Amino acid sequence: MDDRITPEARHFIEIISRFVQDECMPVEDAIEDTGRLPDPLVRTMKHLGLFGLRIPVVYGGSGMNLLDYCFALKELSKSHDAIRAIMSVNNGIGSMAIVNDGTEDQKAHYLPLLASGEYISAFALTEPGAGSDASAIATTAAKSPGGWVLNGMKHFITNAPIADIFTVIAVTDKEKRAKGGITAFIVEKGSKGLTIGNIHNTMGGKGWLQAEVIFDDCFVPDKNLVGSIGSGFKIAMKTLNEGRLSAAASAIGIGERLLSMGVEYAKLRKQFGKAIGEFEAIQWMLADSAMELYAADRMLADTAYRFDHGEDIRTQSSMTKLFATESAFKVADRMLQLHGGMGFMKETKVERMFRDIRAYRIFEGTSEIQRFMIARELLKN
Amino acid sequence: MKILVTVKRVSDPEAKLKIKPDGSWIQTEGVKFVVNPFDEIAVEEALRIKEKQTGEVVVVSIGEKVVTEQMRAALAMGADRGIFVNYTGSYDSYDVANILQKVVEQEKPDIIILGKQAVDDDMGAAGFMLAELLGYPQAAFASKVEISDDKKKAKVTREIDGGLEVKEVELPCVITADLRLNTPRYASLPNIMKAKQKPVKEVTVDALGAAVKPRVTVKKLTEPPKRKGGVKVESVQDLVTKLKNEAKVI
Repeated sequence: MDDRITPEARHFIEIISRFVQDECMPVEDAIEDTGRLPDPLVRTMKHLGLFGLRIPVVYGGSGMNLLDYCFALKELSKSHDAIRAIMSVNNGIGSMAIVNDGTEDQKAHYLPLLASGEYISAFALTEPGAGSDASAIATTAAKSPGGWVLNGMKHFITNAPIADIFTVIAVTDKEKRAKGGITAFIVEKGSKGLTIGNIHNTMGGKGWLQAEVIFDDCFVPDKNLVGSIGSGFKIAMKTLNEGRLSAAASAIGIGERLLSMGVEYAKLRKQFGKAIGEFEAIQWMLADSAMELYAADRMLADTAYRFDHGEDIRTQSSMTKLFATESAFKVADRMLQLHGGMGFMKETKVERMFRDIRAYRIFEGTSEIQRFMIARELLKN
Repeated sequence: MKILVTVKRVSDPEAKLKIKPDGSWIQTEGVKFVVNPFDEIAVEEALRIKEKQTGEVVVVSIGEKVVTEQMRAALAMGADRGIFVNYTGSYDSYDVANILQKVVEQEKPDIIILGKQAVDDDMGAAGFMLAELLGYPQAAFASKVEISDDKKKAKVTREIDGGLEVKEVELPCVITADLRLNTPRYASLPNIMKAKQKPVKEVTVDALGAAVKPRVTVKKLTEPPKRKGGVKVESVQDLVTKLKNEAKVI
């Protein structure tokens, strides 16, 4: 394990590894079937402190740095992706706006609830008309006495059906838009005018509970405005910077699990009188996968470490997210191929991870958007 | 109520071990070390008793500095403080019992809980020896422990061939933990952080006044003989011939 990871985090990662083996893997098929996490599992996750890893210690979290967090997340991602999804939102996009830009009252009220896992959070930016081009959002927030009135619709919002609070990004000035016309708000579950739409039926990511979120004259008090009026786009972009690295971390974790399954299968499965691992075609699949995961793992460690030391990692986080998720997808494809017909069967779980990992090339900025941002930086001057 | 628990650093039971070329011990490079699983159960039981009764859980480890890693793991589970007996030489179960006896005399715990054995050498002797040296009642291989309301007795259930045996012992006593006593909790990240701050007292064998004179020494370790591959026989006649002439069993 990377020497830069703190001893406490290493200890915790070992515990996560046991938790994944002993508690998560035995229920992953049930999660896939029901789309829900079993209550005892969520209770243990809360006990472990998994919902508040990134939340500062003074607000009841563990205040992990990004490097430690990414490697803890990588380990946790080796079971069902819904387990990763529910906790990573509280540690990332669901809390970061409050952590970075919230008022003292907002922090003192919401962060301890998020850190303990008592509150589940969601981040509502994406809309049907605004995906990669986040500045094109159409949800509006209009000033009214004592607060703001939100109107519009968000979709693909992870955790929406179970979320207690939403960080909502809305337009407050249609002229300025991304340049000072977008603002972030905290909207609580049960607010009048807030409706959760249908849970999206997806190719993978069962249990992420992605849904539409509809605002119909939804009133939000002034005290729930995050940062300043017009700072919402910046807040959203800052949140996504970290999100790219956590996406990379999870993708590598899934990739590593698939590779270890592939290695085991290559040793056990016999065809033409010998283990298929003795065939060069299989060896190349394993070698390429190990190489790519190693490179992605080192990119992740390096970028997260730089972030923790105050460096601007916009480009590196794009590169890491792009390389890690594209590599993990290739690993999933190869490992499915390596398993042959068995890989196509639900029972080996490879096909599930293949479907789950596919989404990683889309969310937290598509591969194309990452390339665009890397190139834009290169061509800037 | 004060509970003293022992924690031994052992090689991961799932690790594939290799013996050193000279046969003196196992190769430790690259091997993961963990808390002896039975000791982890002992720690969990101590914590549960403490949570019901209030009190203190003290962890003892013996060995080189590295053993404090496993002690920290027990502190992260919730134990209150540690006693690290710094000793770099070799020792046997009786030495361990001697050292623990001195620790017990200083600490005066109400209950001492040990794992029933360490999974590295599987000796399983120190607990009995300790009770004998102290003159305390002992209840080994506990699968259930209940402390009486007046905190004077412990009712200990043991799994024996064909049933359960229930023993009642007076405190202070020595208990050794069996596999099904409990399922140890995971240490949470906040508790791992807190464990860093928990006090660990370092003492030497000399300062304790314990005599370490190993009576048992490891002469040599060897791997079990490799099993030879079997052969397929063509007929019953072949089988009988082979059993008679080669295996010489009939």
